[in-house]
Parts: sequence; C-alpha cells; structure tokens
Amino acid sequence: MTPLACYLLLSALLFAIGLAGALTRRSAIIVLIGIELMLNAANLNFIAFWRYGPNPQALAGVMFVIFSIAVAAAEAAVGLALIISIYRHCQTTNVDQVDSLRG
Amino acid sequence: MDWIVQQLWLIPALPLVAAGLSALAKQRRRRLAAFLAISSMVLALALSCVAFINALQHTGHGPATTQVVNFFWFQFGDPQTSDTALRLGWVLDPLAAVMLVMVSLVGLLIFIYSLGYMAHDENFTRFFCFLSLFASAMLGLVMANSLLLLFICWEIVGLTSYLLIGFWYHKPSATAAAKKAVITTRLGDLAFLLGMVWLYSQTGTLLFYDGGHGCLEQSALAKLVAQTTTLGMAVSTGIALLIFCGAIGKSGQVPLHVWLPDAMEGPTPVSALIHAATMVAAGVFLVARVYPLIAAHPAGVTSVPGALQVVTWVGVITAVFAASIAVAQTDLKRILAYSTVSQLGFMMLGLGAGGVAVGMFHLITHAFFKALLFLGAGSVIHGCLDEQDVRRMGGLRKLMPLTFGTYAVGMLALSGFPLVFSGFWSKDVILHSAHGWNTPAPFYLGMFAALLTAFYMTRQVCYVFFGQSRAGASPAPDACAAHAPEYVPSLGALPSRAGQAGRQPYVPHESPPVMIIPLLVLAVFSVLLGFIGTPAWPWFQGFLSGESATGHLGQLLEPQVLGLMALSSVVVFAGLGLGWWLYGRRPVRSADQPDALERFQPEVFALLRKKYFVDEIYEGSVIRFNAWGARACDWLDYWVWNGVVRALSLLVVGLAWLNRFLDEYVVNPGFDEGCRRLTKGGTLMSRLQGGRVQTYLRLIGGALAVLVLFLIWGCRAP
Repeated sequence: MTPLACYLLLSALLFAIGLAGALTRRSAIIVLIGIELMLNAANLNFIAFWRYGPNPQALAGVMFVIFSIAVAAAEAAVGLALIISIYRHCQTTNVDQVDSLRG
Repeated sequence: MDWIVQQLWLIPALPLVAAGLSALAKQRRRRLAAFLAISSMVLALALSCVAFINALQHTGHGPATTQVVNFFWFQFGDPQTSDTALRLGWVLDPLAAVMLVMVSLVGLLIFIYSLGYMAHDENFTRFFCFLSLFASAMLGLVMANSLLLLFICWEIVGLTSYLLIGFWYHKPSATAAAKKAVITTRLGDLAFLLGMVWLYSQTGTLLFYDGGHGCLEQSALAKLVAQTTTLGMAVSTGIALLIFCGAIGKSGQVPLHVWLPDAMEGPTPVSALIHAATMVAAGVFLVARVYPLIAAHPAGVTSVPGALQVVTWVGVITAVFAASIAVAQTDLKRILAYSTVSQLGFMMLGLGAGGVAVGMFHLITHAFFKALLFLGAGSVIHGCLDEQDVRRMGGLRKLMPLTFGTYAVGMLALSGFPLVFSGFWSKDVILHSAHGWNTPAPFYLGMFAALLTAFYMTRQVCYVFFGQSRAGASPAPDACAAHAPEYVPSLGALPSRAGQAGRQPYVPHESPPVMIIPLLVLAVFSVLLGFIGTPAWPWFQGFLSGESATGHLGQLLEPQVLGLMALSSVVVFAGLGLGWWLYGRRPVRSADQPDALERFQPEVFALLRKKYFVDEIYEGSVIRFNAWGARACDWLDYWVWNGVVRALSLLVVGLAWLNRFLDEYVVNPGFDEGCRRLTKGGTLMSRLQGGRVQTYLRLIGGALAVLVLFLIWGCRAP
C-alpha cells in the first residue's frame, strides 16, 4: 500500500465519521463538528495529493489548505452564531425540533 | 301703454306671495298669516281700483278699450318650420276690470270676516294660506288673456275649492263633499280641455286678443264659422259647447249641479267667497269672456246661434230646478246653496238671451248680496252655536238685530224687491232680454223662478228670524236625512260647542264687530250697485260694451219697460206674500211641526225635499256603472293579470330551482373533486419539505452516493 492510499483512506474515514455525525446527531453543535471533520478530510486530501503529486516543490497545496482553514474558521464562527441565534429563538439546539420551514 | 296695464300681473302675484309665505309660517303664527293675507288683498284691491279707473278712461275708444300685454312663454317644436311659440298674456278691458274690483273687494271683506269666524280654529294659518291662494288664482283667471292661462288658474281655483271644502278633513262628510266637488267639476273640465285643444288646432293660438290674430277676433272667428263638423254644426259652435261644459261644471248648472250644495260642508266664509260670490261665477265669466266665440254665426244667418240657445236653456232650466229644490230644504246654508245655483242659472239665461252686459250685471250684484247672505248665515250659525237647521232657530230678530237687518237687505235684494235693491234691477234686465228672445218659454220660466226665489227666501227668514226661539229642540224625524250639523272646528278651545246630541236650550248672541262690519259694507253695496245699471241710466251695460251711456228718466216710462217692471214686481210681491202667508202669519211653534207646504202637498214636498232624487239617480246609474266597472277591473286584476304575473313568477322560480340543482349536483362536485385532488397532491409534496435540515442532508448524501455509483457503473459499462 502506497503512502498516498493510506492518506486517502484516512481522509475517507474522517469524512465518513464526519458525515455520520452530521446526519445522525440531534445536537446542532455535534452536527457542526461533523461538518468541520468533513472539511478537514477534504484538506487532508489536498495535502496528500500535493505531497505525492507531480510538483511537490510548489506551495500551491499548502496555500489552498491555509485558505481553506481560514475559511473554515470563519464558517465555524458563522455557524456558532447561527446556533446561538436559533437557541435564543427556539430555546433548544435539537435540530429535529427546529422545523419551522416545514411545508 | 299705461303703467298699470304693464304691471297688472302684480294683482294676482301679491296674494300668491302671501299664500307662499303663510304656507311656510308655523301653525301658531296666526297674526302673521292674517296680516299677510289681508294686507296683500288691500294692495290688490288698490291696484284693481287703479286698473278700473284706467279702464274707465279708455272705454268708448273702440279697439283701445281692450289693452293687452302678451309675452312669450316657451317654444315647442321646430321654430323654423312652424310658428309654435306658446304665448300667454293679460288683458285689461271693462270685463276684467269689473271682475278684478269685485273679486278683490268681496275677497277682502270675507278675509276680514274670517278673522272673527275662524278665530278659534287650530288651522287658522292654513286657512288663510288657502284663501290667499284662491284669491290669487281667481284674480289671475279674470285677467287672463289666454285660454290656457285661464284654464291653469281655473284648475288652481278648483284645487283650492277642494282643499277648503275638505278643510275640516276629520269630518267624513266634508272629505266626501270635497271629492264629489272635484270629480263632478272634472267632467266639465275634461270637455273644456278638449274644446281648448280643438280651438288651438283650428286657430293656432289661444290668446283672446292679439292685435287681430287672437282667437276671439274677427279673422279667427270667420275661419271657425266657415267650417262645419258633424251634424252640420259650425266648428265654432262645437268648440263653444265644449268650453261651455266647463262652465256647467264650475257654475253648478244642471246636470252637474250636485256638488255645489254639498260644498257647504266647508267653513261658511269659504261658502261665501268661493261657492257663492266668485269661483262659481267663474263659469259665467268664462262664457262672458268667450262670448264672441259662442255668439259667432255665419253672415246672413239671422237665427240665434246654437251655442247661445244651449246656454239660455241650460240657464233657465237650472234657475227653475234649483229654486224649486230650495223651497223644501231645512239647512240654512243648503237653501242658500240652491239659491246660488238658481241665480247662476239666471246669469246664464242673461248671457244667452241678453249678452255679456246683462249676465255680468247680475253676476256682480249677486256676488255682493249672496256674499252678504252667506256671511249673515255664518253670523247666525256662529251665534246659535253651530246650529244649521232652520227649524231649530227662530226669534233671532230681537237677539241679533244687526245680523237681521243686513240679512233682510240681502234677502230683499235676492228676491228682487222693486226699485231699491240691486237684485231687482239686474234680474229685471235679464227678464227683459228673455222677453225679447225668440221663444217665450224662458221668460215665463224665469218669472216662475223669480216667484220661487222670493218665496223660499221669505220662508227662510220667517223660520230663522221670526216667531219664538226653538233653540235646543230635538230635530224632526227626517232631519237627519237632510244633513249633519256643521262640525265644530274648535276641538280644544270651546268644548261646550261640540254638544250635538242632547243640546241644551241656549240664548243666541250677536256676533263680534269684526264679523258685523263686512256685513254692513256688503249691505250698502247690495243696495247701491243696482243704480249703475237701471234702464234709466244703463251705465254698466254701456261700460262693458264700450259705449258711453246716456241717462234719461224717460226710458223708465216706456210702456214695455214699465210693464215688465210692474209684472216682475207683482211676481216678487206674490212670492213674498205667499211666503209670509204660509210661514210668517202663524209662526212655527215647535221644531217637529210639519212644514206648511208639507201639510198642503206632501208628495210634491217630499220630492223637493229629496232634491228630485238627482243624487239617488246618479247613485243608481253613473256611480253604479262605475262601481261595476271598478269591480270588473278588480276581477280582471285579481284573476287575469294577477294570474299571468303569478305564472311568470312560478316559471322564474322553476328556472331558479333548475339552476340550483345543476349548481349543486353537477358543477359543485366536479369542482370539489378537483380541489380535493389538488389538496392531496399538495399534502404529498409538502411532506418533502419537512423543515429538518438533516433530512435534506441525508437526501443529498444518498443522492451523492447514487450519483457516484452511477458514475462508476456508467464509466465501466462501455
């Protein structure tokens, strides 16, 4: 097994864990954590493809990932702010109970 | 043209304004209403006198005697193709001038009298409003220069007559009498209207005098006389007869006289003003006004024109007919009413046999002495606590001396007492002209009517003023058939006057000065007016015909004139003497004592008492046919027209029911089903939108997985 395949497997595992967390947990915080996991799995893929790719000298992969982490941080801040706002409005963070968009 | 001729319209306009203002005044503003009515009449009288003086100055100047002012009223039809301007106007000629002064003077006196007579009536203001309206319309009628304007005023006068007869409208007999008056005169007015329309279609104008183009002037008359209509009658005769029908209705001539005696249900001043002195004379005035039309006959024909013959015969028959009924009546005002009918017949006789001046002279003198008699009767009724049955009066000579004196003047004037009283002279002129007529019968009938007149007036005066007082006695058994006593107008003010049943004996009293003074003035005129038309100095006749009269006593002594005067004096004395012999010689002792004539000729007396059963004949013929017609209409209405309407309504109801059925069972279920399906689909689709973020996420995840698998499989397949 090549190192790239190991990274990719790890990344796929992280993604699957994150997806399961985002899909199954009731707490909005956990859902947010799951989403962050999936994002980081994607970051890991970036790094792995760059390190074992045809041109590992250029810093394109690292630049992408740093940008991505910055964006993820901003996204986490927005997501948490949304959750607080939902909590203030609905007095809960259980996403099953927050269904006011039901048709 | 003189100022007064231009401003003649003011004379009727003033009372009209008074009527309008008092119609707006509140009911309790009595003084205001009386002030308005009387001051407007004073002004109208003053203007009428000015107009009269003006007419005096112009008389005897040929065509200038008739001064007219015509004005354009409105245009109808196309002005280019035909001359269809409708014009009205007024005229000042001797006829109008005399009538203006008479109407305003008598009207003013009766207005003043009404102040006393109606003092206690709660509708005092309304009464003066109607009286002013009447005076306005009557003054407009006499000065109208257009048959249309005359007709308009004629109808307003009829309306006020209706309103005033039914003035005490809470009394059923008064409302019935008012309706009877309107319906009966309407028959005549219909013919009048037809005559007017016919006249317009023939001559194209309704103006009497219009500088040679009026319908009473030579060119129009010549045209009318030249044409003939059915039965070989000249068109002028046909029109004249139709217009005369209007006069028959208004002036109470046979056979339309039935309304006038019933009209006595109104207040006594109304009876005096409208139903004795002025309005009923409007018919006579109308005949006098259109006299050129009635008297028109083709050149070369010397016999009396047909229309004039009809006028004469209707007049003389009415005179005798009504006078004979008056002999047997017991109601004070009804006797005078029949007397009025009879005297109007005399006027028609005078017009037919002698011309305008003869009839008009009697009209003027009669207006004064009949107003006097009615006001005297009102004074008697007022003094006797609204008693109207002459059998329950008696002995008033000493209790009401002023009323008795003036009443006696009026009675002698009406009877035609020789030489002193005006009625003698005016009646003598009529009889004189009837004597010279082509058939002698009207003369003898007129003489007989004069005899009856003197007789019934003596009877009445004996009953009322002589003998002992029979006040408060119970009426004779047949009295209730004759009439109901006059209703008491003062419901709250004087309740003691209302005691109709179980009357207590009372002492009649003299009336207040406001009622006596008009009586005195009228009495003076009743005497003096005769001297303006005696054969010795026929000033009045000369004035009306536009010639200056020359007076010399010699005419009085001509054998024919003197003989006729002696003959009519003898007739009058016979009537007076007969009356005195039957009623005055042995005074009537009690109220239920049979009449002297009744003992003598019970059948004839009963016939006269029942007024020749004319009312009953009308009841049995015209009114019954009318009732049958009404019933037939009712039946048709109920069964035929109502049935058609009902069938239509059923059809509509059936259609509506069908519509509802279709709606409910065809349209509605389809629509409902569509709606239900739509709702179900919506519900189904809305399930997708659960509002749970994770559900969406799962779907996306699932779809992603499927997509990936599909891509993998898809890439591998080829």
